[in-house]
Amino acid sequence: MRNAVGREIPDELLKSDLRNGKGYEVYQGKGYRDGKYIKKQGPTTRIYQKPTESKILPSIREAVIKSGLKDGMTVSFHHHFRDGDFIVNMVMKEIVDLGIKDITIAASSLGTAHDPIAEYIEQGIVTGIQTSGIRGKMGEVVSQGKLKTPAILRSHGGRVRAVEEGDVHIDVAFIGAPTADEYGNARALGGKSDCGVLSYAVVDSEYADKVVVITDTLVPYPNFPASIHGINVDYVVVVDAIGEPKKIASAAARMTQNPRDLMMAENVAKIMTATPWFKDGFSFQTGAGGPSLAVNRFLEPLMVEKGIKMAWAIGGITGSICELKEKGLVGKIIDVQDFDTSAINDIRNNKNHYEMTASEYANPANKGAFVNKLDFVVLAALEVDIDFNVNVITGSNGVLRGAPGGHPDTAEGAKCCIIVTPLTRGRMATICEKVVTVTTPGDCVDVVVTDYGLAVNPKRQDIIECLDKAGVKHVPIKELQEKAYSMVGRPDDLQWEDKVVAILEARDGTILDVVRKIKPCEI
Amino acid sequence: MSIPRPKPEKFRLRRTMMFMNAQKPGLIKDAYIYGADSIMLDLEDAVAENQKDSARFSLYHALKEIDYGNTEVIVRINGLDTPHWKEDIRVCVAGGADGIRIAKTESAQDVKTVEKAVEEAEKEFGVEVGRTLLMAALESPKGVLNAYEICQASDRLFGVALSGGDYRKCMQVKVIPGGIEMLAARGHMLMAARAAGIQCFDTVFTNINDDEGFRAEVKQNVEMGFDGKSLVNPRQINIVHEMLAPTQKEIAEAEKIVRAYREHAAEGVGVFTIEGGKMIDIAFVPGAERVIKLAKASGIYEGDL
Repeated sequence: MRNAVGREIPDELLKSDLRNGKGYEVYQGKGYRDGKYIKKQGPTTRIYQKPTESKILPSIREAVIKSGLKDGMTVSFHHHFRDGDFIVNMVMKEIVDLGIKDITIAASSLGTAHDPIAEYIEQGIVTGIQTSGIRGKMGEVVSQGKLKTPAILRSHGGRVRAVEEGDVHIDVAFIGAPTADEYGNARALGGKSDCGVLSYAVVDSEYADKVVVITDTLVPYPNFPASIHGINVDYVVVVDAIGEPKKIASAAARMTQNPRDLMMAENVAKIMTATPWFKDGFSFQTGAGGPSLAVNRFLEPLMVEKGIKMAWAIGGITGSICELKEKGLVGKIIDVQDFDTSAINDIRNNKNHYEMTASEYANPANKGAFVNKLDFVVLAALEVDIDFNVNVITGSNGVLRGAPGGHPDTAEGAKCCIIVTPLTRGRMATICEKVVTVTTPGDCVDVVVTDYGLAVNPKRQDIIECLDKAGVKHVPIKELQEKAYSMVGRPDDLQWEDKVVAILEARDGTILDVVRKIKPCEI
Repeated sequence: MSIPRPKPEKFRLRRTMMFMNAQKPGLIKDAYIYGADSIMLDLEDAVAENQKDSARFSLYHALKEIDYGNTEVIVRINGLDTPHWKEDIRVCVAGGADGIRIAKTESAQDVKTVEKAVEEAEKEFGVEVGRTLLMAALESPKGVLNAYEICQASDRLFGVALSGGDYRKCMQVKVIPGGIEMLAARGHMLMAARAAGIQCFDTVFTNINDDEGFRAEVKQNVEMGFDGKSLVNPRQINIVHEMLAPTQKEIAEAEKIVRAYREHAAEGVGVFTIEGGKMIDIAFVPGAERVIKLAKASGIYEGDL
């Protein structure tokens, strides 16, 4: 069946039991499920009225055994340790060594740190992957069709919804925590591998049948204020190291000096100032990549000049937005992830910087997430097409190598969603006729800024009027695509087989697109 | 393959001339996107001695293949005391560069020498004779002292530029905030250029992280009467354009002058008063027209002139 972004979704997927037997709908458009009701699917949890045993277990292996993990079950992880994560590999090794198979990994995201999982996929031990990000070797083997069931890729908000709605049931959650006490109260600060917040793991702690907290720094009870509450935790395991601090957070997300990135960032800031939402008390999110991050730097003088302040910023947080807050230009930072040690230190030491859960951040199925109240979001893209659809998951070779993250959530929620990307990368056109995979639907994308000019979604006549009034030049997106093709040529179509290797869920749980098995390259 | 570039306009707006290494394809492939009025593809100091050939090769193909649109494309060639300048000129002319910047110009003869080689190259490659413009860089006290004869040396010469690095070395001075060390050179060169009726450009400001210092220097340039400035980083372009932009009051005044002139000229009147009682004659008109042109280029002109 064809969906609202023109993608053909195989009928057998719609009838499949991948969504815990509920079947799938195809993407119907922005805000499709608004106003509907869902019944949350709670976990089965044990009563600890008069416990005689300690929650502390001597090893991960013991925790896997005690949790009752069996063939065919689903385990979950969070990605706050980013490329420095040890938890996923440590836990999966024990699971595999214990001979447990047919495992589904439902992580908030996975990255190149988890390359060893690719082997378990090839061995048929890991048979399902549900995640936001999929990269490195895992992306390759899934794209080669080696995972038994299609991977399910969701946004951060979509994941919380899927867990709460019971689309995926987590049997055992393994939650790495920089500090924890003997009852499992866990924090992201105070240990050897601080990560700032544990926002993505909260839903796991609340909805998994069994919850195991893994830390390398046991602290006295009660470890408060806690991100993960001991009332949801079954077991606590103390290991030597939960991650590699250097890879968890870089010193500071580097502010680009690249004139191209800076020019695009400056133009993004100019667009923002031309809209009615750039006024005292506005809200904002931007990414940690080159041009997105640099927008912060250009906003500062414009806010000062206009005599206005940002009320709040959300998202993955970097030191640069914390600096603006410390200068008094940002009221509050509400944090779902930290990208550098400056941001981690800011939430540790400074005021007006708070942790939120992934549900508060972006879940479309709660009673109103932060993204709904966002004025501006600035996002990157691997590709954008002439219908404003964005791809952040598949590379130009069709292989999985990215993550929707909060992209679709913030794009749908924000009043003004600005994508910033160079027109070409190497010899690939970034603005193209048809993105390889739709990860954020075009009806949520408002402005695309490139180094060769910008385009506004014709659906947003209000923004077009603002830009015209402010004298900010823009062109039809088709013009940008044609310019890109005139420089680097028209890409050949990718060669796919029929087999679906991954499903891109829209944040409301409908199917936005599928990724198929890539045809082996004949050389 | 792009369309051949149109014939260069001798006295166009040149607020910003951005230098870039002609050898770096990543830079020159789309240097126009930053919005400089002119780009200055460098074959001289930016290119190592043993890389001159490869730089010319990349330059030639850039000139031939890339559509730079309205951005003027100038090439800085190697000095006349090197073995490279003649071949540099052949490449510029064959590729269709809009103009050539003569490095280390010290006399009118230097300009004439380059002009002769340019004309020969134009004939060699079937390019319209006189198409390729010239500008002279004054990089020494001798060059500055000879500024007036240099400014008058060729019909192709649209302007002169100061090159601060070498000049300061000759004068045994360093960069001083406020520019006292360059004051005499700037003043002298400006007078020579204006006397000869050509444009005049200031030297680069190399500390790209010192926005405040850069703005102070541009402000001084504007007050002294420079047409534009050489730049080393695209980030400097908007600052210059913004600081050279006329105020709304200046624009309104210029509009009045131009309109009144047009009305009166049709009636054969040379001196007239505008609204507010100010006496205007024809001498005010070029200045007023320049303000309108600047306002248009700065994207702040909303009138219909």
